[in-house]
Amino acid sequence: MVAEGEETKVAILGAGHVGRVIARLAADAGYRVDVATAHDPEEISLTLDVMAPGANARRPAEAVADANLVILAIPLHRFAALDPALLAGKVVIDMMNYWPEVNGTLAQFERGDIGSSERVAARLSSSRVVKTLNHLGYHQLDEEAAPAGDPGRRALGIAGDDPAALDLVRAFVDRIGFDPVLVGGLAAGRRLQPDGPVFGIPMRRADFERAMELIPA
Amino acid sequence: MSERPFPLTFGLDTFGDLTSDNGRPSTHAQTIRDVVQQGVLAEQVGLDFFGVGEHHTDDFPMPAADVALAAIAARTSRIHVGSAVTVLSSDDPVRVFQRFSTLNAISNGRAEVVLGRGSSIESFPLFGYDLADYEELFEEKTDLFAEIMKGGPVSWSGRMRPALENQDIVPHLDAPLPVWIGVGGSPHSVLRAARHGFNLMLAIIGGQPARFAPFSQLFMQALAKLGKPRLPIGVHSPGHVAETDEQARDEFWPAYRDIIAKLGPSRGFPPPTFEFYEREVGPRGALYVGSPETVAVKIARNLPILNANRFDLKHGMPGMSQESLLRSIELFGTEAVPRAKELLATATSMPVG
Repeated sequence: MVAEGEETKVAILGAGHVGRVIARLAADAGYRVDVATAHDPEEISLTLDVMAPGANARRPAEAVADANLVILAIPLHRFAALDPALLAGKVVIDMMNYWPEVNGTLAQFERGDIGSSERVAARLSSSRVVKTLNHLGYHQLDEEAAPAGDPGRRALGIAGDDPAALDLVRAFVDRIGFDPVLVGGLAAGRRLQPDGPVFGIPMRRADFERAMELIPA
Repeated sequence: MSERPFPLTFGLDTFGDLTSDNGRPSTHAQTIRDVVQQGVLAEQVGLDFFGVGEHHTDDFPMPAADVALAAIAARTSRIHVGSAVTVLSSDDPVRVFQRFSTLNAISNGRAEVVLGRGSSIESFPLFGYDLADYEELFEEKTDLFAEIMKGGPVSWSGRMRPALENQDIVPHLDAPLPVWIGVGGSPHSVLRAARHGFNLMLAIIGGQPARFAPFSQLFMQALAKLGKPRLPIGVHSPGHVAETDEQARDEFWPAYRDIIAKLGPSRGFPPPTFEFYEREVGPRGALYVGSPETVAVKIARNLPILNANRFDLKHGMPGMSQESLLRSIELFGTEAVPRAKELLATATSMPVG
């Protein structure tokens, strides 16, 4: 865990729509940001220069080694190819969604009795997994980020089981422009999923808390 | 400040959206005839381009867009005709070239082709392609298409299609065939367009148009890095024009709502609310729905932000009447476009490059 005042360094795995948007928001917020894909960093460096200035293209192992916060911004069907050892000891934000209507079915995520992030966490058993950033679309994240205190600021739900990891992620979400709302342990993150009450709908904190039934309607 | 390096051009696109007549859905065949009529009218009202996008569904019965384009070409003399888009991933680049070079012959050099990966993917199962190959299919086939466009015998090999060895591909072009890459949000596609020297068409169908400005920047920077000259940038966005804002909104909304609700689950769109629609129709949204003045102002605001010199209005939605579409085309061509040109001419002090 990062000591008080120690700089949070962010590694984003994936340079698709969401990866680029988070990279830009994080770089704008002053974080040191590395972005990695399965390909040569050279392939995404010009794209990052233009679309997320300040973020650096690196190889996954290098990006992750330097980071204390790793964000999984890859499609869920690529998750099986990711080596859990790479993420050992890290705080990991899982922003992936299991959304069969859009991305097709994945046998290992098909049984709906537990959430997709719980399955991700089970595979990343040496990491501390926090679910957030998944329930708004990339262009909503792009357009809705706002400074703290902005009356229209949108909420992002956070679910996780490790208090220190939650603190780190809560600070990150706040700093990139959203109101962090703790919804409970990782199991509570099921309500942030595609069939849940807040998926795809930008909401202010109070509306979000009502929709999630965290406060009375 | 730099001068806008390319002439401003304005076009109309359709996906062969199923039309209606007196509240009843038209047949597929009637819809195709309606599209031909729309294309002919587009020339009469002074537009520069008419594009037809390939689709394979009951709502968009337009799988052979190039055939409809040939009919329009035969009945017009000035307007350019092209795709919007050709789903290259599930097609054969050789056949695409042959069809569009034939169209270019028929039209005396008025054909254009817009290549895309296709945001609708119904052609994949139809023609036996695997969605898992989505990226690689487009990449390889774009490379082959670029080889063919160089002219002369083609030697090429790849994974997704049998190799070609010193193959002459006919008919040869006797006039330029502009090639665009349609981009819906993939920087890879932007870089690919730059690498091949193809024009860039930004498909902006939702959210703030300004969000796409970095794609134009990326395109221009990539071209500069490759030592290539600037190339045209276009914008394709949905819309509808009527006498008043209110009438345009009312005519467009039910068809828009129904199709988004229908496609939403498979494409990742949320079901549309009227509030969402109003935002898209408003100054910061992606829909060009309104009076000629409203649409013109929106075009004139967004083209400079996007460094674009071309605007194609994707007109119609499944279920809209042919009558309202023809009226929209007329108002777009005779009022909105001239007004947008006027506004853009007085805005030349805005940075465009």
